[in-house]
Amino acid sequence: MKKIISLTINDQSHEIAVEPNITLADMLRYELALTGTKKGCDTGDCGACTVIMDGDVVNSCLVLAIQANGSVIETIEGLSTDEGLSPLQEAFVEKGAIQCGFCSPGIIMSAKNLLDKNPNPTEDQIREGVSGNLCRCTGYQKIFEAIESQRS
Amino acid sequence: MKEFDIISTRAHRIDTPDKATGQAVFTDDITRPGMLYGALLQSPHAHARILSIDTSKAKALAGVKSVITHEQAGHIKYGVSPARYDETVFAIDKVRYIGDEIAAVAAVTLEIALAAVELIEVEYEILPAVFTLEEALKEGAPQLHETSPGNLCAEVHQEFGDVAAALKECDIIKTSTMKNKRQDGAFIEMQGCIAEFDNRGVLTLVSSTQVPHYVQRTVAMVLGMDVGMVRVKKPYVGAGFGIKAAANPMELACCILARETRKPVKMNFTRKQVFMYARARHQFSHTITTGAKKDGTLMAIKHECWLDGGAYTSFGIATVYYTGSLLGGPYKIANMSYDGYRVYNNKPTCGAQRGHGAVIARALFEQQVDMIAEEIGMDPMELRIKNMMDTGDTTCNDLNMSSFGMSECIEAVRKGSDWDKKKGNMPTGKGIGMACGFFVSGAGYPIYRSDTYHGTVIVKLTEDGGTALVYTASAEIGQGSDTAFAMIAAEALGIPLDHVRLASGDTDMGVDLGAYSSRQTLMTGHATKDAADHAKAQVLEVLAEQLSVPLKELDIKNGFITFAGDTPDFSALRTRYIKEHRGWIDNPDSEHLTFKEASRIAFLEKGSIVGTGKYKPHNLGGKFKGAAVGTSPAYGCSAQVAEVTVDMETGQVTIDSITDAHDCGKAINLTSVEGQMEGSVSMGIGEAMHEEVIFNDKGQVLNADLAEYKIVTSMDMPRIKAIVVESDEPNGPYGAKEVGEGAIMPTIPAILNAVYNAAGVRINELPLTPERVYFAIQDYKDRMAK
Ligand code: FES
Ligand code: FES
Repeated sequence: MKKIISLTINDQSHEIAVEPNITLADMLRYELALTGTKKGCDTGDCGACTVIMDGDVVNSCLVLAIQANGSVIETIEGLSTDEGLSPLQEAFVEKGAIQCGFCSPGIIMSAKNLLDKNPNPTEDQIREGVSGNLCRCTGYQKIFEAIESQRS
Repeated sequence: MKEFDIISTRAHRIDTPDKATGQAVFTDDITRPGMLYGALLQSPHAHARILSIDTSKAKALAGVKSVITHEQAGHIKYGVSPARYDETVFAIDKVRYIGDEIAAVAAVTLEIALAAVELIEVEYEILPAVFTLEEALKEGAPQLHETSPGNLCAEVHQEFGDVAAALKECDIIKTSTMKNKRQDGAFIEMQGCIAEFDNRGVLTLVSSTQVPHYVQRTVAMVLGMDVGMVRVKKPYVGAGFGIKAAANPMELACCILARETRKPVKMNFTRKQVFMYARARHQFSHTITTGAKKDGTLMAIKHECWLDGGAYTSFGIATVYYTGSLLGGPYKIANMSYDGYRVYNNKPTCGAQRGHGAVIARALFEQQVDMIAEEIGMDPMELRIKNMMDTGDTTCNDLNMSSFGMSECIEAVRKGSDWDKKKGNMPTGKGIGMACGFFVSGAGYPIYRSDTYHGTVIVKLTEDGGTALVYTASAEIGQGSDTAFAMIAAEALGIPLDHVRLASGDTDMGVDLGAYSSRQTLMTGHATKDAADHAKAQVLEVLAEQLSVPLKELDIKNGFITFAGDTPDFSALRTRYIKEHRGWIDNPDSEHLTFKEASRIAFLEKGSIVGTGKYKPHNLGGKFKGAAVGTSPAYGCSAQVAEVTVDMETGQVTIDSITDAHDCGKAINLTSVEGQMEGSVSMGIGEAMHEEVIFNDKGQVLNADLAEYKIVTSMDMPRIKAIVVESDEPNGPYGAKEVGEGAIMPTIPAILNAVYNAAGVRINELPLTPERVYFAIQDYKDRMAK
């Protein structure tokens, strides 16, 4: 039996009927076509599905859509502005922090959340801030550089 | 060296803005109208005879559209090397590993497809299974393939020079062994695909692959179709590292389901299935003897290796050859023998992974080089430089180093790491070590025997003259190849990078063998330059005629036409261009004639301006059996220094830093080159420190997830100093060669040499778990005490 939930995604409110067992990741990707959020495992291990839910990062593959009822969700699609890429996204492009790009939306969301809470993170805090996000391509070096460049 | 405008810069990649915003489309992001979902039935047994398959209950489930087994899929064999095709889409009479594919279902939802898979009834007769080299090689062991008695998939025996005689002349001889563990590719995007037939019978397969071309050929062959009726497209791909470099059974099953249902069908591997399918780095067991004179001259290598191959051949033939051939350099060694064996067993199949075949051989050999240096009291860098090949040298097994900045790389890491100050002056528990390595810039020959071009490219100018479109069937899988080719096209045409658009990864665009063996920059790069030169020549021809200027006096630079002599009056051309351009407000008023004006005029004269380019390597390598594997038009090379801390009480190894220098020829994009270096090092660290696919005694992967299979995270990645060393490769486009795989070669031995420096122990088995290092330290202490 589908349930109706209401939530805010990237400043837009949604009312949507969902199966009780569908995850937030699948709802975003397959019901709302917000495919910027990726899935690299579906078991909470890779961080590719990272979104911000009520101010904290979550692995959206581990959250049921119905658990997100009433929540405020930010996804990668909400980051760019009318002017284009956000400064953080620009930094990822500029520093070469993106290779295959499959981890990138999740890492950028983790980095955004980190910088929102702590505009001046140390290297260790940056490492910790993206520790839930696996990247097999970059060796993280340029990801650290991109985030470091956004310290205020 | 020539000055460049576009290449050798840090231009922003053309694909990353879309990847940063989530707009970039990967396979699973695509939905097709009426799409069905497919699921696979895979064997729960490592070795069993199939007595019967009953699909009736599955077929009867509401929402199921098709259930296929070998009866629908047919019995055509496929694999990687045509001489060794040993797989069928679905098992026919027997399954050989846990995960072997038996059937597939297409249904209106994934849930229904999965439920239907559960309803397929298979009767098995369980057979005894073998999981290790020893078990597989035992007298009377269960046999996997009738055609390979003794479970021996392949053996290679080679000798160059006279190893026995050379060893007799040696003052120092070192023999040691080394064993790694099966690695997993652990790319973040799992394999996925969507297959669809149109109403004229054309099949389009969208897939997360590194090699659209090989997938196209395999799909056409297995489905009995013309190659021209099969189109394989690769959207953005979440990396592959070699594992996605061949057609997989899911792609084939998906195409067959689409044929049976006449509907688009989507299929995805789960992460567990990625591990079950495997095709990643083999487990290698090496024994190497290296001999040297007391002045440090390296004389001979005697090398034996046993490869734990798994159930099928896959890339294994190439792997077992690469394992031997890539020890031929980077040192001058006149005598080398190699005996390699690849053995089947009832585990998932191993294949190619970054540094194909050569990583563990290098890890062992580079330690022996250090042992020899230690014994004669020579600095390991000095010993390496003393034996280093020179540019233009050829190895004993016929690999030609047409450019070779290896000694420069050593110098770069010596300085970059402060080696001279640190080496020999570190306290117990702290160590520094180094190693070298090299790798091909593309395989000299395609995987199937053919005289085909390895890459073809089309560069088309838009009719308004403003933009160049580059079409290539090559595969951007994260390494930055799209950007590299756009940069090469811009450089060759003489126009800004912004004026180049590029589309890739589609077999309709031409032939390109794809992303493997670090081939694209050199090979597709050549074809791109060729095509851009061709397009440019067509524009300049028209211009020469219209302006009555000798062709050779014309060129294009930064988007403007340049004249070697006096600038002629081009006002008539400009007026014509402006007339053509009515309604636009950006009419040219520059002092120089623009490329835009010139190519618009050229279009008006000629119609289409299409430049075509192609590339295949010249004939490479010797005449001996297996000479093709390891040949390449060019070799990239690198040196690395690792600094480590070893906790002498617990055996815990921490990597403090890595300094890495790589000679990539001319760097097309400096940032991308560094990215490949840093990524290679991280994969090497993972393999050295903690990556290991673990099996239970039934042949089942126990850590088939990214929590228990541990790749390097942001917490354990040391800072890397990446130093790009440029040389001018005569066989490369603008002098460029590889970086994608060579950079992993020295990582493991540099770490192992540093561990030895820190703790006095040589570890001959990976990964460097604290237990393993702890026991080695205890053993060392005991020996010291005696
Ligand atoms: S898909 Fe959610 S953590 Fe991997
Ligand atoms: S860029 Fe490929 S996984 Fe991070």
